[in-house]
Amino acid sequence: MKRVSLVFTLAFAAAFSSQAATAQTLKTVKDRGMLSCGVSQGLPGFSSPDDKGNWTGFDVDICRAIAAAVFNDPSKIKFVPLSAKDRFTALQSGEIDVLSRNTTWTLSRDTSLGANFTGVTYYDGQGFMVKKSLKVNSALELNSASVCVQTGTTTEQNLADYFKGNNMKYEVIAFGTNDEAVKAYESGRCDVFTTDVSGLYADRLKLANAADHVVLPEVISKEPLGPMVRHGDDQWFDIVKWTLYAMITAEELGITQKNVDEMAKSTKPEMKRVFGTDGNLGEQLGLTKDWVSRIVKAVGNYGEAFDRNVGAGSKLGIARGINALWTKGGIQYAPPIR
Amino acid sequence: MAIEPRKPPPQFVARLQRALGGRAGWGGFVVQILFVAALAWIAYEIVANARANLQAQRITAGFGFMANTAGFDVNQNLIPYSGSDSYTRVFLVGLFNTLAVSVVGIFFATILGFLVALGRLSPNWLLARIAGGYVELIRNLPLLFQILFWYLAVLAALPGPRQSVSLFGSFFLSNRGFVVPKPIGSPGFEPFAFAIVVAVVGSLLLQRYARKQLFDHGRMIRIWPYVLGMLIGLPLVSSLVFGAPVRFEIPELRGFNFAGGSRVIPEFVALAVALATYTAAFIAEIVRAGIQSVHKGQMEAGSSLGLQRGSTLRLIVVPQAMRVILPPLTNQYLNLTKNSSLAVAIGYPDLVSVFAGTTLSQTGQAIEIIALTMGVYLLISLVTSAIMSFYGWRLGRSLSQ
Repeated sequence: MKRVSLVFTLAFAAAFSSQAATAQTLKTVKDRGMLSCGVSQGLPGFSSPDDKGNWTGFDVDICRAIAAAVFNDPSKIKFVPLSAKDRFTALQSGEIDVLSRNTTWTLSRDTSLGANFTGVTYYDGQGFMVKKSLKVNSALELNSASVCVQTGTTTEQNLADYFKGNNMKYEVIAFGTNDEAVKAYESGRCDVFTTDVSGLYADRLKLANAADHVVLPEVISKEPLGPMVRHGDDQWFDIVKWTLYAMITAEELGITQKNVDEMAKSTKPEMKRVFGTDGNLGEQLGLTKDWVSRIVKAVGNYGEAFDRNVGAGSKLGIARGINALWTKGGIQYAPPIR
Repeated sequence: MAIEPRKPPPQFVARLQRALGGRAGWGGFVVQILFVAALAWIAYEIVANARANLQAQRITAGFGFMANTAGFDVNQNLIPYSGSDSYTRVFLVGLFNTLAVSVVGIFFATILGFLVALGRLSPNWLLARIAGGYVELIRNLPLLFQILFWYLAVLAALPGPRQSVSLFGSFFLSNRGFVVPKPIGSPGFEPFAFAIVVAVVGSLLLQRYARKQLFDHGRMIRIWPYVLGMLIGLPLVSSLVFGAPVRFEIPELRGFNFAGGSRVIPEFVALAVALATYTAAFIAEIVRAGIQSVHKGQMEAGSSLGLQRGSTLRLIVVPQAMRVILPPLTNQYLNLTKNSSLAVAIGYPDLVSVFAGTTLSQTGQAIEIIALTMGVYLLISLVTSAIMSFYGWRLGRSLSQ
């Protein structure tokens, strides 16, 4: 029902509003006193609620960083859990201000949805998980397998491309939510479960006996995940984009949640620009001069957020890999703050 | 000099005036035109404004996307489909899947519903209580819950494909579905089909002849041996002369799944069973109400004619009850069709799942896709209603004769 109501919101907004609801997202957010952030319905490590209803995860921290930059308070957020197929409609209809929901950046999504990707928070790729008892070592041995997948994702198309490209047959069973797909895989309806590799590790934690399942080595696609905002509000686009860059820059400069106050006193010209003790870069964005320290105080730098949610410091234990800084063999790179 | 009576206005003009203007006459007609024009203008403004706003937000509008390549696969397609076909094809695949599960669901729901209703009205105490319990249990549980129950119950009970239950080495039952040998047309198929058509037409003509004899001359002719002979004999002769009409492709386990043969997927079975049992509980109550609305004197009249209980019901009571049953029964058929959209919860690729789900998410054309989907459900419902109205009209005609 949610989806239908969203569509109606969109249809009515489009049909009756005298001008499109573009521009001034920042003002809307400030007036509301709350950032409305679209997240997943529960993907450990990226966005999932605990038993008290507190949201945690990497995607959640991006929203917390934006809220910290705007309000200096990372708790001023309303989280809106969305299924894969509802997410764009929620953004288009104005129900959420930013979509931070492990969403893959593709050309068609960037151009035809009336929304823009602001950057890549996590470089991911699609993989396969199978039961160990099947004794499969490579995705190329999966001919004639049944595959469970969540509907409404790029995953379905990658899957079709991969099996067709390798002349293999398969059967796809597509479910409305990720949990239903995992449940069907666990019940034996499918031999294989497929989604982004980070998601496979997260979902494996939900299975009754995680050790019985193995993630195959093949990564069959590029899945750059990132936040999305509505098209037509460049100021808001800049704020969301530079929030991520602030986190990456902080890691580059060695600014952490612990030492941020210490570092803010630095007299190095670069540090002074970042912390706003020199110039007004934050104000140019429509934020305050101390926007970077607000963000780092709230969620830490990029590396800290990664470690805490999906990396070595979390249950998922995913290696940094290509998500390491460009100075450390990865491809995470921020344009200079100056 | 006689006074000329004023001529009454011509019938046609008077009627037209009344139809268009009501009591207000031609003035009312003008008001109606203005009203319709205002509605049309508002509708135009809504569409035009929506288009302009979507364009301003750079959201693509229109149905151009329907010709694009879909790029994803569907695990049950009644028409040939592959990932390189267009979204239009996906739409049709989903539509046929929705229709398939609806038709099968309606068929079994009707049979089960009638049986439960008759059971509930039965003088047999135990049977009546069981039927009553069925109705109360099923209609008071949420449908989504029942669909998930059937799906997970079916899956949990069935073994994996490698341990599948086999019948005669050619039928296999596992949690991948029920695999049966697939008939493939052979050269003998066309004469065989022709023989069947001839046999059926011949039987119908024979039956007509027998009825005529019975009504006109009171002669009862035993025709069933000839009918049976034709229906079995002609196709048999055809297959002996021209060869077997079909050969069967036997499924075999290859890799993870069965290759060859036809397969009924467990999602279809679970959804059809859930929809049929759920709707049957409502149909049972409708049928019971219909039968009880027929005066009990009819039942007594039947038994005083020496008819058995079953024959009285079949020949006298149910035909009269149908007039009461039909409108609410139509409602249940429509409900079942619309409820089939819950399929997405168990991964059955119906219209809502593949079109209003995957296609919507891939193209982002929310307004167009939802409008088209709603239009299709409306169309299915209107067609169902029309068929049922036609049946009701025929029934009313035959009852009033």
